[in-house]
Amino acid sequence: MAGLTGRMSTVVKAKVSKLLDRAEDPAETLDYSYQKQVEQLQNVKKGIADVVTAKKRLQLQETSLQQQVVKLDTQARQAVSAGKEDLARVALERKNIAQTELQGLDTQVAELEDQQQKLTDSEQKLRAKIEAFRTKKEVIKAQYSAAEAQVKISEAATGVGEQMADVGLAMQRAVDKTENMKARADAVQELEAAGTFDDVTALGPGEDDIDRQLKSLSSKSAVDDDLAKLKGELGGGESGAGAGQLPAGAEAPVEGEPAAAEPSKEQPA
Amino acid sequence: MIVRISGEDQYRLDDSLHDQLDKLAGAAHVAVDAGDAAGFERSLGDLLDFVRANGSRVGDEEIETSDVILPPSDTTLAEAGSEFTGEGLIPD
Repeated sequence: MAGLTGRMSTVVKAKVSKLLDRAEDPAETLDYSYQKQVEQLQNVKKGIADVVTAKKRLQLQETSLQQQVVKLDTQARQAVSAGKEDLARVALERKNIAQTELQGLDTQVAELEDQQQKLTDSEQKLRAKIEAFRTKKEVIKAQYSAAEAQVKISEAATGVGEQMADVGLAMQRAVDKTENMKARADAVQELEAAGTFDDVTALGPGEDDIDRQLKSLSSKSAVDDDLAKLKGELGGGESGAGAGQLPAGAEAPVEGEPAAAEPSKEQPA
Repeated sequence: MIVRISGEDQYRLDDSLHDQLDKLAGAAHVAVDAGDAAGFERSLGDLLDFVRANGSRVGDEEIETSDVILPPSDTTLAEAGSEFTGEGLIPD
């Protein structure tokens, strides 16, 4: 069969023969094959554990981000109530970023879930084949002459070898995917480390680097919408986007931490 | 003949289906050469569905060597285009 399927078959068969070529006589093939099979099974188990670890890490980040979203939302409401639109804007921008990251994490957790399931299925199939091989080799040894046994064992070893090569493929793809996820997890961690989701009430006067970064990253219009909605909900009757109406420097308490709630000295952009 | 869908199962198919299988595989191959991702996804799906629909699954405890090995259902165009030819997809 030409083309795609031919290439795939050729690659797998090459792997299988490489796997089996290392042993010379049938008894050795048998032991070597079985030993290799059991090793491969251990590798699959380790592969599954790696996927589960990566998934758990992402899930922990999800939980943390969910908490940030709730916190930032609360802070935005408090800021609007206190008439501090600039503070509310920063909180909503951060909430936006956290939500975007959350969506990405959701997708990736689902993908890892899928990989875990696939590897678990592969492990079960390989286990069944190895068990069959173990039984079969005893039958072959008992029933056939040395020359015939060599052929039969080689056939069986090739069959199991193909399964092993296939599991190897599934493992490699799972590892690749897990690596990608790790990169994503690292990125979220960097955002967290940079204080992207920090308490906005702890923000000092003026704009810092993170604020500028936030503004370039987040969708302004979404924040404007959120802000308008919040104002509506909280019945802040003052007309909409009039930034000039903000009582600059007014000391209104935000949450239970008045000391930290130092309002921006600058007018919001 | 025995057909393996990589990452899934082996199937036993009647030899008379060989030509149809070849034709479906050919369509997937054309999509790869054309760099047509949507076409590849569709034609690979058709090919694998054909095997699942017309074959009977080989039991997990049966030890059979495949005559044909097909790529996994979630193979990307990039994987199909390059890695099947090299060492990339299946580790030693």
